[in-house]
Amino acid sequence: MTSQQVLPPVPYVDMAVHRARIAEAERRTRRSGWRRHVPQRGHMLLLPLSIIMVLPFVWMLLTSFMTNSEINRIPPTLLPHHLYTGGYKTVLASSDFPYWFLNSLIVSGAAVIAQLVLCSLAGYAFARIQFRGSTVVLIVLLATALIPFQLTVIPTFLIFHDLGLINTLGALIVPQLTSALGIYLMYSFFQSFPRELEEAGRIDGCSRLQVFWKIVLPLARPALAALGIITFIYAWNDLFWPLIAITSSHTYTVQVGLATFQGEHVTQWSAIMAGTVLTTAPVLLVFLFGQRRFVQAITGAVKG
Amino acid sequence: MATTLDEATVVRDANRRIRRSGNIAGWSFAGPSVFVVLGLSFIPMIWAAYLSFTNSDLVSNGHFIGLANYAALSKDPLLRQAFTNTLLLALLYLPIGLAAGLGVAILLNQKIKLIGFYRTCFLVPFVASAAAEGLLFGFIFDPDFGIVNAGLQAVGLPRQGFLSNPSQALVVLAIVYFWTQFGFNIVIYLAALQDIPEEVLEAASIDGAGRWSRFWHVVVPTIRPVTVFLLVWGLIDVFQFFDLVYTTTKGGPLNSTLTLVYYIWELAFNFFTAGYGAAVAYVLFFTSLIAIITALVYGRRRRLTL
Repeated sequence: MTSQQVLPPVPYVDMAVHRARIAEAERRTRRSGWRRHVPQRGHMLLLPLSIIMVLPFVWMLLTSFMTNSEINRIPPTLLPHHLYTGGYKTVLASSDFPYWFLNSLIVSGAAVIAQLVLCSLAGYAFARIQFRGSTVVLIVLLATALIPFQLTVIPTFLIFHDLGLINTLGALIVPQLTSALGIYLMYSFFQSFPRELEEAGRIDGCSRLQVFWKIVLPLARPALAALGIITFIYAWNDLFWPLIAITSSHTYTVQVGLATFQGEHVTQWSAIMAGTVLTTAPVLLVFLFGQRRFVQAITGAVKG
Repeated sequence: MATTLDEATVVRDANRRIRRSGNIAGWSFAGPSVFVVLGLSFIPMIWAAYLSFTNSDLVSNGHFIGLANYAALSKDPLLRQAFTNTLLLALLYLPIGLAAGLGVAILLNQKIKLIGFYRTCFLVPFVASAAAEGLLFGFIFDPDFGIVNAGLQAVGLPRQGFLSNPSQALVVLAIVYFWTQFGFNIVIYLAALQDIPEEVLEAASIDGAGRWSRFWHVVVPTIRPVTVFLLVWGLIDVFQFFDLVYTTTKGGPLNSTLTLVYYIWELAFNFFTAGYGAAVAYVLFFTSLIAIITALVYGRRRRLTL
């Protein structure tokens, strides 16, 4: 469609000219190496670039196994002499790191479970059930995605303060229970989902909830996996809201705890990097195992 | 006659019943989500508007002081600084982020080996937490123990202050930010490139288009909506810049990395001037809204030259 806007209309040419053009085009692509040489050239650029992208993480892992004196040496040590685990011991023993890690697991786990249930229910309702106000509500819901959290954060703090949830994990879980993006993700999935199976279920006498639970959800596994992965990564990585809502060390999440730990142990890079490794590892593991779904989810949300 | 009337009533009743059961089912399915999302967006949004006309200190409600907050913020040098810094970040990051994202996406859009591996590498910084990455780069760019200064010294160049130098800190943050974010641009561009039908490019070749003109006249216009989307997304993201600042410079040195969100956070939760913070938040909101609308209108009207 776009090509018609861009390219001039092809005038009538007799077949000989046409064939000559094809041959010429083929020769040119062969000569300029579009297909044959680019692969090697591609690797020549892609390999160093992708190594640069992960190099900081490699450095993080290496320094987490170095002693502070190795790190502070000039010129710096590039490889630890042996696998020194003192940094890990420091961060685990002399801080509340185990609490932070557990809190993050609880908050992220609760967010994942809640969003899988609530977002798929809401997405299904907007895609399939005709009910009063559904179109307007869906539009309003999606419009809230444009409201930046910084605008609402001060009253949100006051609301949770009045609810008595400040400094509890509840303050972190409630805002993550559902999300406009998650609802939209499930909504667009269910829209492209064949109706026939549900109708068959209805005819067989299942209630809407039974159809949803027994027929729809098992088939929605790819979309649920995508939503779960995105939710976990987002909830685990959040810093801004936990920083505001939590004030005591035992209730910190890993991100807040790590930032605080760094402030208190400014030059103990070995322990700080060990903490950074432990903080990043869960998210990277989830990402590596669910990469395909993750990419599908973010590209799907954009295309839809 | 009577039978048809009866039929009509039956059908009407049935329809009404179906509609009612639809209403009940629909609202009970969607209700909880709608309640949470709207309750945590529109209510706080209106509340924030009210707060911005008060001198609330976060603990007490404060008094209504009219437009005093807005009058004060027009003369606030720190706000101007935060504004300039945020704008500079956008200018430093967005053009390069989009161009580099498209460039790598083109490299990845080939049938060569290891593509999956490359894509993973480019996405990892986007997935890991900005807080951890801030700490990591605080270490890498550390003036005394950082590997970058060690490298500079090894090749005979002078050591730099980086994040502790007021004239370098923002640029360093922009570089780190680029590293964390442009994987997203790559993935979105890659998906868009894979959607361009092979025939279109072949047709262009047959019409005598070389690689460059195929790129400029076929690829770039085709993926323009994606470019506009990424521009808007990037703007939203830059306007929310917080985590990296918090874990590296805390707005310093000499406020050279003070961003709008960081300033709002300081105002409300460090200095307890919540009313003034809410006013600044509204200014941020309207500014980003104007920027987004401008990007959308501009992107629709003209050909984006990246």
